[in-house]
Amino acid sequence: MKIKETAVIVSQKQISEGIYDLVLKTPTIASQAVPGQFVNVFTPDKSKLLPRPISLCGIDAEEGTLRLVYRAGGEGTKILAGMQPGETLELLGPLGNGFPLEEAAGKRVYLIGGGIGVPPLLQTAKALKDKAEVISVMGYRSDCFLREDFEAVSEMLIATEDGSTGTKGNVMDAIAADGRVPEVIFACGPAPMLRALKAYALERNIPCWLSMEERMACGIGACLACVCKTTEVDAHSQVHNTRVCKDGPVFPAQEIEI
Amino acid sequence: MNNEKKNRLAVRIAGVELKNPVMTASGTFGSGAEYSEFVDLNKLGGITTKGVANVPWQGNPVPRVAEVYGGMLNAIGLQNPGIDVFCKRDIPFLQQFDTVKMINVCGHTTEEYVAVVERLAEEPVDLLEINISCPNVKEGGIAFGTDPKAVEAITRAVKEKAKQPVIMKLSPNVADIGEMARAAEAGGADGISLINTLTGMKIDINRRSFVLANKTGGMSGPAVKPIAVRMVWQAAQAVKLPIIGMGGIATAEDALEFILAGATAVSVGTANFINPTATLEIVRGLEEYLDKYSISDINELIGAVR
Repeated sequence: MKIKETAVIVSQKQISEGIYDLVLKTPTIASQAVPGQFVNVFTPDKSKLLPRPISLCGIDAEEGTLRLVYRAGGEGTKILAGMQPGETLELLGPLGNGFPLEEAAGKRVYLIGGGIGVPPLLQTAKALKDKAEVISVMGYRSDCFLREDFEAVSEMLIATEDGSTGTKGNVMDAIAADGRVPEVIFACGPAPMLRALKAYALERNIPCWLSMEERMACGIGACLACVCKTTEVDAHSQVHNTRVCKDGPVFPAQEIEI
Repeated sequence: MNNEKKNRLAVRIAGVELKNPVMTASGTFGSGAEYSEFVDLNKLGGITTKGVANVPWQGNPVPRVAEVYGGMLNAIGLQNPGIDVFCKRDIPFLQQFDTVKMINVCGHTTEEYVAVVERLAEEPVDLLEINISCPNVKEGGIAFGTDPKAVEAITRAVKEKAKQPVIMKLSPNVADIGEMARAAEAGGADGISLINTLTGMKIDINRRSFVLANKTGGMSGPAVKPIAVRMVWQAAQAVKLPIIGMGGIATAEDALEFILAGATAVSVGTANFINPTATLEIVRGLEEYLDKYSISDINELIGAVR
């Protein structure tokens, strides 16, 4: 059940250039959230109407907290980045479907993230660590934020654009350099990365789920802003469009056009 | 219903009673299913559904939305599942609720509008809202809504076949809203609703390109409210028809401005995205206002400011 809840900021710190690590006390949403879902964060500035959809990097149901690791790119997220512990934020969530963890049980699962697509895979890695052979493949420009967190719960392969850590190049290069082949793929990241992964997975017949991103308004499937093209006619829309916020953000790779 | 005490919030539009004047605006509320997790739909005066055409429409490419100061732009392009699925899925869903059902109808041609209206003739819906004002589709939509002769003609064509009262949804992207309201009245409309969105644009200065794939989009949200109030007032001076007012309504105070300007009912749109329970809070706020000024019937307020 989605709800709107007033969350209290527990802590916030900058962990990389423009990347912030925010912990929020939000017991009702935290008690229901699953890896791969997101929350809509409303900024306190009323001139910035629309919520910011932010993925869940950590879920602690016992503590009643959510950890959001986000990029302060636009004005709204920059306001968010300036907020202090004790201040409150309105949240709507949990939203979206999450990764199908049961599909990875007992298998060698690759969690593949690029850039700001890295954070939602951390909670996914934690949830799978005792159930599957988890290999986290993360691509960065240079700074490998959340590296220690991933290494604590999974094996990790790193790709950096500048070659400062791990394989020089992107996540596809890191997978090739390692040589092993995944049995299941869960991924989140920029469109070119997802496109390459889709081709890679379909060629090898590897079950693959991709978390999509698109500009959103309502976040609950009513406004039809955040659609993603589908290969077949979608049951809800009756056209080749599916709702990222409601039917996703995680989709089987073969069902969507990237 | 409460028989002991008269419902102070009840209003009538073209013979249809609404338990309160608060409706949802087309395109912001789907057919109610998604928001029913947050809102008891029985408590709404009415639900206006997302525009539906005779066949499924794909809509525009993404990005379809952009935020602007105090508002937003959208260019969804009337993506909809078509009237057949709508009748099979959305109307039965809505039938579970005791609220007025207004179906927003879109089309590229007069024939397409009429086909939907005919298909709805035997369906359990209360009002038809004819969308002749969408700024995001190239044919139909706004092409009908900016020429008074075309407004009158499409109104007449729809009225000939409609079994439910017809509300014409007008565009604010015109020089004289009174002229458009009179054209709808001349064509036999049972009511009008306004405003649809204002055509806008946002440019990404870093990429040096349009933010929306459609280049232009319809602006909505609190920033457009003063324009909408002005247009509702002008339309109210121009015609005798009942008016459903909308444009940036987020609070009961906003809703009251529209009612005082001449709206019989109001629709809440973009505010649903900011606060999913905005509609219910507005209903409560209207009750509080009637209490505060000891008003026994909200109808006393309609058009009270001339």
